[in-house]
Amino acid sequence: MHELSLCESVMRILYQEAEKHRFHRVKTVRLQLGALSCVAPEAIDFCFKAVSKGTLADGARLELLREPGAAWCASCGETVSIKERYDPCPTCGSYELHVSRGDELRVKDLEVE
Amino acid sequence: MCRVCGCSATAGDNADARVAEPGAPQHHAHAPDRDHHHDHGHRHHHQHTAHGHDHGHDYRHDHRRGGVVRAPLNAVHAPGIGQARIIQVEQDILAENDRYAAANRARLKAAGIAALNLMSGPGAGKTTLLVRTIADLGPILPIAVIEGDQETSFDAERIRATGAATIQINTGRGCHLDAHMVGHAIDRLEPAPGSLLIIENVGNLVCPAGFDLGEGARVVLLSVTEGDDKPLKYPDMFHAADLLVVTKTDLMPYVAFDLERCIGFARRVNPGIDVLTVSATDGAGLDAWYDWLKRAAAAGGTTAPSPLRETVPAGR
Repeated sequence: MHELSLCESVMRILYQEAEKHRFHRVKTVRLQLGALSCVAPEAIDFCFKAVSKGTLADGARLELLREPGAAWCASCGETVSIKERYDPCPTCGSYELHVSRGDELRVKDLEVE
Repeated sequence: MCRVCGCSATAGDNADARVAEPGAPQHHAHAPDRDHHHDHGHRHHHQHTAHGHDHGHDYRHDHRRGGVVRAPLNAVHAPGIGQARIIQVEQDILAENDRYAAANRARLKAAGIAALNLMSGPGAGKTTLLVRTIADLGPILPIAVIEGDQETSFDAERIRATGAATIQINTGRGCHLDAHMVGHAIDRLEPAPGSLLIIENVGNLVCPAGFDLGEGARVVLLSVTEGDDKPLKYPDMFHAADLLVVTKTDLMPYVAFDLERCIGFARRVNPGIDVLTVSATDGAGLDAWYDWLKRAAAAGGTTAPSPLRETVPAGR
Protein backbone atom coordinates (compact mmCIF):
# COMPACT_ATOMS: atom_id res chain seq x y z
CA MET A 1 0.00 0.00 0.00
CA HIS A 2 2.56 2.56 -1.06
CA GLU A 3 -0.44 4.57 -2.30
CA LEU A 4 -0.91 5.60 1.32
CA SER A 5 2.54 7.16 1.55
CA LEU A 6 2.07 8.75 -1.87
CA CYS A 7 -1.17 10.35 -0.65
CA GLU A 8 0.60 11.56 2.46
CA SER A 9 3.19 13.17 0.17
CA VAL A 10 0.31 14.81 -1.71
CA MET A 11 -1.02 16.17 1.59
CA ARG A 12 2.39 17.64 2.39
CA ILE A 13 2.44 19.34 -0.99
CA LEU A 14 -1.05 20.74 -0.28
CA TYR A 15 0.08 22.24 3.05
CA GLN A 16 3.19 23.72 1.44
CA GLU A 17 1.03 25.29 -1.26
CA ALA A 18 -1.49 26.51 1.33
CA GLU A 19 1.28 28.33 3.13
CA LYS A 20 2.62 29.79 -0.10
CA HIS A 21 -0.69 30.82 -1.64
CA ARG A 22 -2.70 31.51 1.51
CA PHE A 23 -5.73 29.31 0.97
CA HIS A 24 -7.83 27.53 3.57
CA ARG A 25 -9.61 24.85 1.70
CA VAL A 26 -8.88 22.60 -1.23
CA LYS A 27 -11.89 21.81 -3.40
CA THR A 28 -10.25 19.79 -6.16
CA VAL A 29 -6.90 18.07 -6.51
CA ARG A 30 -5.79 17.06 -9.99
CA LEU A 31 -3.17 14.34 -10.17
CA GLN A 32 -1.38 13.14 -13.26
CA LEU A 33 -0.92 9.38 -13.05
CA GLY A 34 0.97 7.72 -15.85
CA ALA A 35 -0.46 4.47 -17.16
CA LEU A 36 2.87 2.80 -16.36
CA SER A 37 3.34 4.33 -12.91
CA CYS A 38 3.23 1.81 -10.12
CA VAL A 39 -0.04 2.97 -8.58
CA ALA A 40 -3.59 1.71 -8.59
CA PRO A 41 -6.01 4.62 -9.19
CA GLU A 42 -8.69 3.07 -6.94
CA ALA A 43 -6.16 2.72 -4.13
CA ILE A 44 -5.11 6.37 -4.56
CA ASP A 45 -8.74 7.40 -4.36
CA PHE A 46 -9.34 5.35 -1.24
CA CYS A 47 -6.15 6.44 0.52
CA PHE A 48 -6.65 10.10 -0.33
CA LYS A 49 -10.06 10.07 1.36
CA ALA A 50 -8.48 8.48 4.42
CA VAL A 51 -5.53 10.87 4.77
CA SER A 52 -7.44 14.03 3.88
CA LYS A 53 -10.17 13.50 6.47
CA GLY A 54 -10.15 16.38 8.95
CA THR A 55 -7.62 18.39 6.91
CA LEU A 56 -7.90 21.37 4.60
CA ALA A 57 -8.68 18.90 1.81
CA ASP A 58 -11.49 17.09 3.62
CA GLY A 59 -14.14 16.27 1.03
CA ALA A 60 -12.00 17.53 -1.86
CA ARG A 61 -12.65 16.02 -5.25
CA LEU A 62 -9.76 13.99 -6.59
CA GLU A 63 -9.38 14.07 -10.36
CA LEU A 64 -7.02 11.52 -11.79
CA LEU A 65 -5.62 12.41 -15.20
CA ARG A 66 -4.39 9.21 -16.80
CA GLU A 67 -1.36 9.82 -19.01
CA PRO A 68 -0.80 7.22 -21.71
CA GLY A 69 2.37 5.14 -21.84
CA ALA A 70 4.92 5.54 -24.64
CA ALA A 71 8.24 3.93 -25.40
CA TRP A 72 11.06 4.20 -27.87
CA CYS A 73 11.64 0.95 -29.74
CA ALA A 74 15.34 0.19 -30.18
CA SER A 75 14.51 -2.24 -32.94
CA CYS A 76 12.45 -0.08 -35.31
CA GLY A 77 13.53 3.32 -33.98
CA GLU A 78 9.97 4.55 -33.51
CA THR A 79 8.20 6.01 -30.49
CA VAL A 80 5.17 3.81 -29.92
CA SER A 81 2.33 3.68 -27.41
CA ILE A 82 2.14 0.87 -24.90
CA LYS A 83 -0.38 0.00 -22.22
CA GLU A 84 1.80 -2.22 -20.03
CA ARG A 85 5.51 -2.56 -19.39
CA TYR A 86 5.51 -6.05 -20.88
CA ASP A 87 3.83 -5.01 -24.13
CA PRO A 88 5.79 -5.68 -27.32
CA CYS A 89 6.31 -2.94 -29.91
CA PRO A 90 3.00 -2.72 -31.82
CA THR A 91 4.92 -2.07 -35.04
CA CYS A 92 7.63 -4.74 -35.06
CA GLY A 93 6.89 -7.02 -32.08
CA SER A 94 10.24 -6.37 -30.34
CA TYR A 95 10.52 -6.13 -26.53
CA GLU A 96 13.51 -3.78 -26.82
CA LEU A 97 11.43 -0.89 -25.56
CA HIS A 98 12.60 2.06 -23.50
CA VAL A 99 9.75 3.71 -21.67
CA SER A 100 9.63 7.43 -22.41
CA ARG A 101 6.25 8.44 -21.03
CA GLY A 102 3.65 7.13 -18.63
CA ASP A 103 5.67 7.15 -15.40
CA GLU A 104 4.19 10.44 -14.17
CA LEU A 105 3.11 10.87 -10.57
CA ARG A 106 2.43 14.57 -10.22
CA VAL A 107 0.19 17.05 -8.51
CA LYS A 108 -0.88 19.12 -11.51
CA ASP A 109 -3.08 21.80 -10.01
CA LEU A 110 -5.54 22.59 -7.25
CA GLU A 111 -8.84 24.35 -7.00
CA VAL A 112 -8.77 26.19 -3.70
CA GLU A 113 -10.52 28.89 -1.72
CA MET B 1 6.66 13.19 8.70
CA CYS B 2 9.87 11.34 9.39
CA ARG B 3 9.42 7.59 9.32
CA VAL B 4 12.30 7.15 11.66
CA CYS B 5 11.85 9.66 14.42
CA GLY B 6 8.72 11.66 13.72
CA CYS B 7 10.45 14.87 12.77
CA SER B 8 8.66 16.95 10.22
CA ALA B 9 10.90 16.92 7.18
CA THR B 10 10.64 13.69 5.33
CA ALA B 11 10.24 11.86 2.08
CA GLY B 12 7.56 9.47 3.04
CA ASP B 13 5.15 9.67 5.86
CA ASN B 14 5.20 6.85 8.28
CA ALA B 15 5.26 7.87 11.88
CA ASP B 16 5.79 4.26 12.90
CA ALA B 17 9.17 3.62 11.39
CA ARG B 18 12.24 3.56 13.56
CA VAL B 19 15.86 2.63 13.33
CA ALA B 20 17.13 0.15 15.88
CA GLU B 21 20.47 0.94 17.48
CA PRO B 22 23.00 -1.82 17.15
CA GLY B 23 22.43 -3.92 20.23
CA ALA B 24 19.39 -1.94 21.28
CA PRO B 25 15.91 -2.79 20.15
CA GLN B 26 14.50 0.62 19.31
CA HIS B 27 15.52 4.04 18.06
CA HIS B 28 13.46 5.90 20.64
CA ALA B 29 10.27 5.72 22.58
CA HIS B 30 7.85 5.73 19.66
CA ALA B 31 7.75 1.99 19.36
CA PRO B 32 6.44 -0.64 19.67
CA ASP B 33 3.17 0.99 20.64
CA ARG B 34 2.14 2.45 17.34
CA ASP B 35 -1.15 3.82 18.56
CA HIS B 36 0.38 5.94 21.26
CA HIS B 37 -0.28 9.61 21.50
CA HIS B 38 1.96 12.19 23.00
CA ASP B 39 1.85 15.87 23.64
CA HIS B 40 2.98 18.19 20.93
CA GLY B 41 5.69 20.71 21.14
CA HIS B 42 8.24 18.09 22.13
CA ARG B 43 11.62 17.81 20.49
CA HIS B 44 13.31 14.81 19.01
CA HIS B 45 16.97 14.20 19.48
CA HIS B 46 19.00 12.33 16.98
CA GLN B 47 22.31 12.52 15.25
CA HIS B 48 22.55 14.47 12.08
CA THR B 49 26.15 13.81 11.24
CA ALA B 50 26.84 14.95 7.69
CA HIS B 51 23.15 15.10 7.09
CA GLY B 52 22.13 16.98 4.00
CA HIS B 53 18.87 18.53 5.05
CA ASP B 54 17.24 20.63 7.70
CA HIS B 55 14.52 19.55 10.03
CA GLY B 56 11.91 21.55 11.81
CA HIS B 57 11.97 19.53 14.97
CA ASP B 58 9.17 21.06 16.89
CA TYR B 59 6.66 20.55 14.14
CA ARG B 60 3.26 19.37 15.19
CA HIS B 61 2.15 15.91 14.36
CA ASP B 62 -0.40 13.31 15.24
CA HIS B 63 0.71 9.73 15.21
CA ARG B 64 -2.73 8.27 15.50
CA ARG B 65 -4.04 9.42 12.19
CA GLY B 66 -1.39 8.63 9.67
CA GLY B 67 1.05 11.28 10.71
CA VAL B 68 -0.29 13.99 8.48
CA VAL B 69 0.07 17.48 9.82
CA ARG B 70 -3.32 18.90 10.53
CA ALA B 71 -3.59 22.62 10.30
CA PRO B 72 -6.72 24.14 11.77
CA LEU B 73 -9.48 23.98 9.20
CA ASN B 74 -10.62 27.51 8.62
CA ALA B 75 -14.20 27.06 7.64
CA VAL B 76 -15.15 30.67 8.19
CA HIS B 77 -15.86 32.49 4.97
CA ALA B 78 -14.79 36.04 5.50
CA PRO B 79 -15.84 38.47 2.78
CA GLY B 80 -13.46 38.50 -0.14
CA ILE B 81 -11.63 35.28 0.61
CA GLY B 82 -14.28 32.77 -0.37
CA GLN B 83 -13.35 32.86 -4.05
CA ALA B 84 -12.36 29.57 -5.62
CA ARG B 85 -9.15 29.76 -7.66
CA ILE B 86 -6.81 27.42 -9.45
CA ILE B 87 -3.24 26.97 -8.23
CA GLN B 88 -0.75 25.46 -10.67
CA VAL B 89 1.43 23.05 -8.74
CA GLU B 90 3.14 20.73 -11.25
CA GLN B 91 5.04 18.94 -8.55
CA ASP B 92 6.27 15.38 -8.66
CA ILE B 93 4.77 13.43 -5.77
CA LEU B 94 8.06 11.61 -5.27
CA ALA B 95 10.17 14.78 -5.51
CA GLU B 96 10.89 14.91 -1.80
CA ASN B 97 12.01 11.27 -1.71
CA ASP B 98 14.14 11.90 -4.78
CA ARG B 99 15.86 14.83 -3.06
CA TYR B 100 16.82 12.66 -0.10
CA ALA B 101 17.92 9.91 -2.49
CA ALA B 102 20.18 12.37 -4.34
CA ALA B 103 21.72 13.45 -1.01
CA ASN B 104 22.34 9.81 -0.04
CA ARG B 105 23.85 9.08 -3.44
CA ALA B 106 26.19 12.09 -3.30
CA ARG B 107 27.31 11.21 0.20
CA LEU B 108 27.95 7.54 -0.61
CA LYS B 109 29.81 8.50 -3.75
CA ALA B 110 32.04 10.89 -1.82
CA ALA B 111 32.95 8.05 0.57
CA GLY B 112 33.50 5.58 -2.29
CA ILE B 113 30.77 3.33 -0.93
CA ALA B 114 28.85 1.22 -3.44
CA ALA B 115 25.26 0.78 -2.33
CA LEU B 116 22.89 -1.92 -3.50
CA ASN B 117 19.14 -1.96 -3.00
CA LEU B 118 18.24 -5.63 -2.53
CA MET B 119 14.58 -6.37 -3.15
CA SER B 120 12.34 -9.42 -3.41
CA GLY B 121 9.12 -10.90 -2.15
CA PRO B 122 9.18 -12.17 1.44
CA GLY B 123 11.12 -15.40 1.80
CA ALA B 124 13.08 -15.31 -1.46
CA GLY B 125 16.28 -15.73 0.53
CA LYS B 126 17.73 -12.23 0.76
CA THR B 127 19.07 -12.62 4.28
CA THR B 128 20.31 -16.18 3.73
CA LEU B 129 22.22 -15.07 0.64
CA LEU B 130 23.65 -12.11 2.55
CA VAL B 131 24.79 -14.24 5.47
CA ARG B 132 26.59 -16.61 3.10
CA THR B 133 28.00 -13.69 1.08
CA ILE B 134 29.40 -11.96 4.15
CA ALA B 135 30.95 -15.21 5.38
CA ASP B 136 32.67 -15.84 2.04
CA LEU B 137 33.44 -12.31 0.89
CA GLY B 138 33.64 -10.37 4.17
CA PRO B 139 37.34 -11.07 4.75
CA ILE B 140 38.31 -9.35 1.47
CA LEU B 141 35.47 -6.86 1.06
CA PRO B 142 33.96 -4.97 4.01
CA ILE B 143 30.18 -5.20 3.85
CA ALA B 144 27.69 -3.16 5.88
CA VAL B 145 23.99 -3.94 5.88
CA ILE B 146 20.80 -1.95 6.40
CA GLU B 147 17.94 -4.33 7.14
CA GLY B 148 14.35 -3.30 6.43
CA ASP B 149 11.40 -5.18 7.86
CA GLN B 150 8.00 -4.19 9.13
CA GLU B 151 8.77 -5.64 12.54
CA THR B 152 11.44 -7.50 14.57
CA SER B 153 15.22 -7.32 14.37
CA PHE B 154 15.56 -11.03 13.51
CA ASP B 155 17.33 -10.31 10.22
CA ALA B 156 19.74 -7.77 11.72
CA GLU B 157 20.61 -10.33 14.40
CA ARG B 158 21.39 -12.92 11.72
CA ILE B 159 23.62 -10.45 9.89
CA ARG B 160 25.24 -9.21 13.10
CA ALA B 161 26.18 -12.80 13.96
CA THR B 162 28.46 -12.76 10.89
CA GLY B 163 30.36 -9.82 12.38
CA ALA B 164 29.22 -7.34 9.70
CA ALA B 165 28.08 -3.85 10.69
CA THR B 166 24.31 -3.76 10.48
CA ILE B 167 21.33 -1.71 11.47
CA GLN B 168 17.64 -2.62 11.45
CA ILE B 169 14.91 -0.29 10.22
CA ASN B 170 11.41 -1.31 11.26
CA THR B 171 8.90 0.36 8.99
CA GLY B 172 5.90 -0.42 11.19
CA ARG B 173 2.94 -0.26 8.87
CA GLY B 174 5.18 0.84 5.98
CA CYS B 175 5.58 -1.48 3.02
CA HIS B 176 8.91 -0.15 1.71
CA LEU B 177 12.01 1.78 2.69
CA ASP B 178 12.34 5.37 1.56
CA ALA B 179 15.38 7.57 1.06
CA HIS B 180 14.88 9.57 4.24
CA MET B 181 14.82 6.45 6.44
CA VAL B 182 17.93 5.17 4.71
CA GLY B 183 19.67 8.52 5.25
CA HIS B 184 19.10 8.19 8.99
CA ALA B 185 20.29 4.59 8.94
CA ILE B 186 23.52 5.62 7.16
CA ASP B 187 24.07 8.26 9.88
CA ARG B 188 23.97 5.61 12.53
CA LEU B 189 25.67 2.79 10.68
CA GLU B 190 28.60 4.90 9.44
CA PRO B 191 29.76 2.38 6.81
CA ALA B 192 33.54 2.42 6.24
CA PRO B 193 34.78 4.34 3.17
CA GLY B 194 35.28 1.94 0.28
CA SER B 195 32.91 -0.66 1.69
CA LEU B 196 29.89 -2.24 0.11
CA LEU B 197 26.57 -1.17 1.60
CA ILE B 198 23.70 -3.57 1.05
CA ILE B 199 20.24 -2.26 1.79
CA GLU B 200 17.86 -5.16 2.25
CA ASN B 201 14.44 -3.75 1.48
CA VAL B 202 11.16 -4.86 3.00
CA GLY B 203 10.07 -8.17 1.46
CA ASN B 204 7.58 -6.97 -1.14
CA LEU B 205 7.57 -7.22 -4.94
CA VAL B 206 5.38 -4.14 -5.39
CA CYS B 207 6.02 -0.99 -3.38
CA PRO B 208 9.83 -0.80 -3.06
CA ALA B 209 10.08 -0.51 -6.86
CA GLY B 210 8.84 3.09 -6.76
CA PHE B 211 11.27 4.53 -4.19
CA ASP B 212 14.82 5.52 -5.06
CA LEU B 213 17.03 5.15 -1.98
CA GLY B 214 20.20 6.62 -3.46
CA GLU B 215 21.62 3.20 -4.32
CA GLY B 216 24.10 2.60 -7.12
CA ALA B 217 22.28 -0.48 -8.37
CA ARG B 218 19.09 -2.41 -7.75
CA VAL B 219 19.05 -6.15 -7.36
CA VAL B 220 15.88 -8.22 -7.35
CA LEU B 221 15.86 -11.77 -6.01
CA LEU B 222 13.37 -14.38 -7.17
CA SER B 223 13.40 -17.88 -5.71
CA VAL B 224 12.51 -20.84 -7.88
CA THR B 225 9.71 -21.76 -5.47
CA GLU B 226 7.90 -18.52 -6.31
CA GLY B 227 7.31 -19.40 -9.95
CA ASP B 228 8.81 -18.32 -13.26
CA ASP B 229 5.98 -15.95 -14.15
CA LYS B 230 6.68 -13.36 -11.43
CA PRO B 231 8.42 -10.89 -13.77
CA LEU B 232 5.19 -10.42 -15.71
CA LYS B 233 3.01 -10.47 -12.60
CA TYR B 234 5.11 -7.76 -10.93
CA PRO B 235 6.52 -5.87 -13.91
CA ASP B 236 7.37 -2.64 -12.08
CA MET B 237 9.87 -4.40 -9.82
CA PHE B 238 11.64 -6.26 -12.62
CA HIS B 239 11.59 -3.15 -14.76
CA ALA B 240 13.32 -1.19 -12.00
CA ALA B 241 16.10 -3.73 -11.33
CA ASP B 242 19.61 -3.82 -12.79
CA LEU B 243 20.20 -7.44 -11.84
CA LEU B 244 17.92 -10.44 -11.33
CA VAL B 245 19.28 -13.15 -9.05
CA VAL B 246 17.35 -16.41 -9.22
CA THR B 247 17.79 -18.08 -5.82
CA LYS B 248 17.31 -21.56 -4.31
CA THR B 249 18.39 -23.28 -7.53
CA ASP B 250 19.10 -26.42 -5.48
CA LEU B 251 15.31 -26.82 -5.31
CA MET B 252 14.89 -26.80 -9.11
CA PRO B 253 14.39 -30.60 -9.33
CA TYR B 254 11.35 -30.35 -7.05
CA VAL B 255 9.48 -27.43 -8.58
CA ALA B 256 8.12 -26.56 -12.01
CA PHE B 257 10.35 -23.55 -12.67
CA ASP B 258 11.43 -22.85 -16.25
CA LEU B 259 14.52 -20.65 -16.02
CA GLU B 260 14.50 -19.67 -19.70
CA ARG B 261 10.85 -18.68 -19.47
CA CYS B 262 11.58 -16.60 -16.36
CA ILE B 263 14.49 -14.79 -18.02
CA GLY B 264 12.40 -14.23 -21.16
CA PHE B 265 9.65 -12.62 -19.09
CA ALA B 266 12.14 -10.49 -17.15
CA ARG B 267 13.66 -9.21 -20.41
CA ARG B 268 10.25 -8.38 -21.80
CA VAL B 269 9.79 -5.80 -19.05
CA ASN B 270 13.46 -4.87 -18.88
CA PRO B 271 15.57 -5.74 -21.95
CA GLY B 272 18.80 -4.73 -20.20
CA ILE B 273 18.47 -6.75 -16.99
CA ASP B 274 21.43 -8.99 -16.01
CA VAL B 275 20.60 -12.43 -14.65
CA LEU B 276 22.50 -14.69 -12.24
CA THR B 277 21.42 -17.98 -10.67
CA VAL B 278 22.56 -18.99 -7.19
CA SER B 279 22.02 -21.41 -4.37
CA ALA B 280 23.19 -20.22 -0.96
CA THR B 281 22.73 -23.82 0.21
CA ASP B 282 24.93 -25.78 -2.23
CA GLY B 283 27.01 -22.79 -3.35
CA ALA B 284 26.17 -23.03 -7.06
CA GLY B 285 26.59 -19.74 -8.89
CA LEU B 286 28.00 -17.88 -5.91
CA ASP B 287 31.31 -17.11 -7.61
CA ALA B 288 29.55 -15.16 -10.35
CA TRP B 289 27.52 -13.30 -7.71
CA TYR B 290 30.71 -12.43 -5.82
CA ASP B 291 32.34 -11.22 -9.02
CA TRP B 292 29.36 -8.99 -9.67
CA LEU B 293 29.58 -7.58 -6.12
CA LYS B 294 33.32 -6.99 -6.42
CA ARG B 295 32.78 -5.11 -9.66
CA ALA B 296 30.05 -3.03 -8.00
CA ALA B 297 32.37 -2.29 -5.07
CA ALA B 298 35.26 -1.41 -7.38
CA ALA B 299 33.01 1.10 -9.10
CA GLY B 300 32.39 2.62 -5.64
CA GLY B 301 29.78 5.29 -5.42
CA THR B 302 30.27 6.03 -9.07
CA THR B 303 28.13 3.11 -10.15
CA ALA B 304 25.56 4.51 -12.51
CA PRO B 305 22.30 5.11 -10.66
CA SER B 306 19.57 2.84 -11.83
CA PRO B 307 17.24 4.62 -14.23
CA LEU B 308 13.93 5.14 -12.49
CA ARG B 309 12.53 7.16 -15.30
CA GLU B 310 14.03 6.45 -18.66
CA THR B 311 14.54 9.04 -21.28
CA VAL B 312 14.55 8.47 -24.98
CA PRO B 313 17.99 9.02 -26.49
CA ALA B 314 18.29 12.54 -27.86
CA GLY B 315 17.30 13.03 -31.45
CA ARG B 316 15.32 9.85 -31.73
